[in-house]
Amino acid sequence: MANTGNTTGPLLRVSDVVMRFGGIIALNGVSFDVERGQICGLIGPNGSGKTTMFNCISGIYRHSRGDIVFEGQSLNGVPRHRMAGIGLGRTFQNVALFNTMSVRDNMLVGAHHRGNSGFFANALRLAAARRDEQEAVEGIDELLDLLDLRAVADVPAGGLPFGTRKRIELARALMGRPKLLLLDEPAGGLNHGEVGELGDLFRRVRDHFNLSILLVEHHMALVMSVSEKVVALEFGMKIAEGTPEQVRNEPEVIRAYLGDTADAHAA
Amino acid sequence: MSAQSNWLRPLALLLALAVIPVVFATGFQLFQLTMVAIYALSVLGKNLVSGYGGQVSLGQGAFFAVGAYTAAVLMDQYDWPYWATLPVAAITSGLVGLMLGLPALRLGGLYLALVTFALAISVPQLLKYKAFEAWTGGVQGIVINKPEPPFDLPLSADQWTYLFTLAVVAVFFFLARNLIDSRIGRSLKAIRDHALAAEAMGIELARYKTLVFGVGALFTGIGGALSAFAVAFVSPDSFSLALSLTLFVGMVIGGAATIQGAVYGAVFIVFAPNVSEAIFKGAPGAVYGIILILFMFFAPGGFASLVRRFGAKYLRRAKPA
Ligand SMILES: Nc1ncnc2c1ncn2[C@@H]1O[C@H](COP(=O)(O)OP(=O)(O)O)[C@@H](O)[C@H]1O
Ligand SMILES: [Mg+2]
Repeated sequence: MANTGNTTGPLLRVSDVVMRFGGIIALNGVSFDVERGQICGLIGPNGSGKTTMFNCISGIYRHSRGDIVFEGQSLNGVPRHRMAGIGLGRTFQNVALFNTMSVRDNMLVGAHHRGNSGFFANALRLAAARRDEQEAVEGIDELLDLLDLRAVADVPAGGLPFGTRKRIELARALMGRPKLLLLDEPAGGLNHGEVGELGDLFRRVRDHFNLSILLVEHHMALVMSVSEKVVALEFGMKIAEGTPEQVRNEPEVIRAYLGDTADAHAA
Repeated sequence: MSAQSNWLRPLALLLALAVIPVVFATGFQLFQLTMVAIYALSVLGKNLVSGYGGQVSLGQGAFFAVGAYTAAVLMDQYDWPYWATLPVAAITSGLVGLMLGLPALRLGGLYLALVTFALAISVPQLLKYKAFEAWTGGVQGIVINKPEPPFDLPLSADQWTYLFTLAVVAVFFFLARNLIDSRIGRSLKAIRDHALAAEAMGIELARYKTLVFGVGALFTGIGGALSAFAVAFVSPDSFSLALSLTLFVGMVIGGAATIQGAVYGAVFIVFAPNVSEAIFKGAPGAVYGIILILFMFFAPGGFASLVRRFGAKYLRRAKPA
């Protein structure tokens, strides 16, 4: 897939982002880059600001300082509904599906930004509307197979098991053909076997769709095995950045993750 | 299912709906069926806004009134033929809907309910207002002529009105079906189910929420214009708050967010009062209320969900054969 826009420099550059909620500073001057084709892990204890970072990138929250640049273009002030068209796809920590709609329709909504026909054209099934519909369904069968959703394609998404719902969300995001995929705790709530398959899936998705992934995950084994680069947050500040190996051995990270137990032992 | 049978069934149904009543029904029965078609279209408009779009509107009757008065004033004051008033009625009611759709963006559910409620109670008052009396006829309303069959067709006025109404309503049902089965319909449902996720998929909430208000108003407004033809009369008191509530009831009873539900709801709107009265003349209102409650108890998804449930059962039984 051809990347338009600025092709030099990182795909995503987060610089010095500050996000406040009243008195809480959820992000305190965070900076990092995501390169093209990279799987970048974003780790940190609960409440360290990972989801907030995602929401700042996708425009759901507006950071008070700093800049988020995607393909050389600042995302500050870009309306939320433009993000998908720019190339940002995402999933939500708490799974945000369209529950009354079938799995297939959920996925077609993911392709929404690729069309532009309006009420009039669609009510009359004009050529523009038919073309949009054709382009929307393009690749849907392949994704249904890739994410093992074919059997439930016509079932409403609301009643399906949690693991399936997570795959639907991923499928929906991929329908938008994103350049950067933001995954917020994709392994959360999955059983051991399901988590084991995820790393492989993410790599396949990255290679096949030629995209980058920013992955928030608690499951350390998964993040460390799949990421080429890891960024660690604590209390809204970046405490480490580097290869999984480097970050794993960073004293700050060890303290942040094992701190409580170490303190308990010292006491 | 082949493309051909996709077309054949609705076309056959439409033909049956056109021919059978014209041959067998009395003038009054035809009038009732005409009203069913009109309410079906009007409930469909409400359904687009509330059922699919998930936006509260207690004032859908106001759009009905705008459509009806647009048609009546053009016929009465400017001698327009009835059919020529339809596009104008569509535009005026659609525009009023769009104007209401704008605050709908900013207002959450409860406030939107209040605004549309205010519209519903103010419309009859505006129609009675002295300054507009030259056009609206004030409390008296406007008497217009029933549509006459063209080309010396051997049809009564009732028969022709029924056929004309049926044709217009069928066209709008077809358009609504197209809309709902498209990226537009999916976007509306997506906004209703999860606005934040819809936005992240690239759907511009403001645009869709406003436009669906306009389109829903247009549908109901056409219904209003058709009702002016069928009744041959418009007056402020036909468009009270009760009308808005009736359309709401029709939507829920028929089945919100279903297209055929609008037809079931319309049948209920037209015939339930008669049935209630037949059951107990002393307090038809109470019987009507009990029917409503029973309905919600046994078919919480509306009549359309009952049809679907029994339809599925029948299909399951039929398939292995
Ligand atoms: N909408 C919000 N309003 C107020 N505080 C928030 C909001 N979102 C996040 N926070 C706070 O920001 C901090 C970081 O939260 P979050 O980004 O969800 O952490 P993580 O995803 O790393 O677990 C927490 O202290 C949380 O309470
Ligand atoms: Mg989180």
